[in-house]
Amino acid sequence: MPHKPPTTEELERRKIVGIREETITDVTSTDFPGHYPGEDHSWDIERFRQGFRVEFHHNETFEASFSLIGIDASIANAFRRIMIADIPTLAIETVFINNNTSVIQDEVLSHRLGLIPFKGGHDGLHKFIKWYRKPDDQSQLDSSYFDNNTVSLRLEVKCEHNDKAAAGETDPTKLYKHAHVYARDIEFVPVGRQLQYFSGEDAIAPVNPDILIAKLRPGQEISLSMHMHKGVGSDHAKFSPVATASYRLMPVITIERPILGRDAEKFARCFPKGVIGLEKVTRKEAAKKGSGYEGHEGELKAVVRDPMRDTVSRECLRHDEFKGKVKLGRRRDHFIYLVESTGQLQSDEIFLEAVAHLKKRAQFLEKQVMNMVR
Amino acid sequence: MPRAKSKKEEPVEAESDVAMEEAPTSHQPEDEMVVDQDEDEDAGDVEDDKSDEEEEEEAQRVRLLPGSTPTAASFEFLNEGHTLGNALRYITMRNPDVEFCAYAIPHPSEAKMNVRIQTFEGTTAIQALEKGLRDLQELCNVVSEKFIGARDSFGASSP
Repeated sequence: MPHKPPTTEELERRKIVGIREETITDVTSTDFPGHYPGEDHSWDIERFRQGFRVEFHHNETFEASFSLIGIDASIANAFRRIMIADIPTLAIETVFINNNTSVIQDEVLSHRLGLIPFKGGHDGLHKFIKWYRKPDDQSQLDSSYFDNNTVSLRLEVKCEHNDKAAAGETDPTKLYKHAHVYARDIEFVPVGRQLQYFSGEDAIAPVNPDILIAKLRPGQEISLSMHMHKGVGSDHAKFSPVATASYRLMPVITIERPILGRDAEKFARCFPKGVIGLEKVTRKEAAKKGSGYEGHEGELKAVVRDPMRDTVSRECLRHDEFKGKVKLGRRRDHFIYLVESTGQLQSDEIFLEAVAHLKKRAQFLEKQVMNMVR
Repeated sequence: MPRAKSKKEEPVEAESDVAMEEAPTSHQPEDEMVVDQDEDEDAGDVEDDKSDEEEEEEAQRVRLLPGSTPTAASFEFLNEGHTLGNALRYITMRNPDVEFCAYAIPHPSEAKMNVRIQTFEGTTAIQALEKGLRDLQELCNVVSEKFIGARDSFGASSP
């Protein structure tokens, strides 16, 4: 029997993950060769190119949101995982404490310092700074630090009484000098060629100068120096270039039978603002037989306005008046990413690096597989 | 106290920039069967292309597991996980010559990922694996190309 090619509606239906009151349906993708007899689902880069789309929603340094449409979850997830765990950044790795008489313990202080995100010149961070390799021989440690693998920082703060404080002052920040130690107190110590890569605007500095590191009282002092190295998030979260990198599937709301009048208003309240709109039933719609709008001209009807804003709370499925009138789902191949950078890299750049990283890894492994056969 | 010191204008040695995964702090004991004396086993993972080429001998990270036939084979990847495993599984499954493809991480405390590929007659599991890795690279090209296009036109349309 000759196979009939699937209709557009059928293809569309296959992409939807059904969401019912208590259950979900059609979770796995079916676009594999052999799944539908007589259909060609083999991988073809040109077909992929035609079906694949990227849409931007917003794009700022600290937050970017965009949609990848026409891609499988396994690939989308690889990009997400790479953004979190495999894109290298520079962070404080070693702290040398000369003196710490504050109430915060050395190891806690060191941990706090490590988590502070830093920024610096793009070229310096990408091209100049390389991986630091700890020598196997401990005696070689001193000769393993170079200007292109280690960035030095210093933090010297001493808390003292402020003689100029007004009598009866109770605010410690006014009563004492340096009662609070902030990230901006960290001083960059450029060495060698770092001067040419990290000067002026491009200097290594905390992304947010107002991060509180410790609180001091008169007589207490923090004196330490730090080494920054390149690292990846899989080793320690402080190296992750993102605060969060996540995706969700595009919600699909289908109103199958008219929802009118007060019901329509209630229906709109079942969703976040802006998802459902209310429109007047037009004369033309009311005149159409079998549309369900007959005799309702001028009444309000619910229409889907912006499904992307929906949280898919399924609230509308709990009410009897909407039974059989609405269908919820998610588009399996539409991924709405949200990437929040910590500030060292641009958010959109992190995604591009993730793509490049996956490619490089596949390239490397292809070579390895050929090596294995040899 | 150790301080970073300036390095003269000499070419960067491959030794001096090695993947973070190499660092002893997070170093996992590795299988003796596959690790040799060469410590730079995943240097190519993160290094720049230049030193990649310098590094002729890289430790083998992919291995054919025993009991394989040409059309049905299991591969062991070192230092790979779900990130590449699932992506590779998907793209290999899209190959019409592949009868079966799956990946597994046999135990979470070992940094290993296994891929099983069974093909129909006419091709081999190794060829299918190579095609999968090649397709993945092509896919990445298309994704970055379209991403850059969308970003630039978005940046142009909004202030």
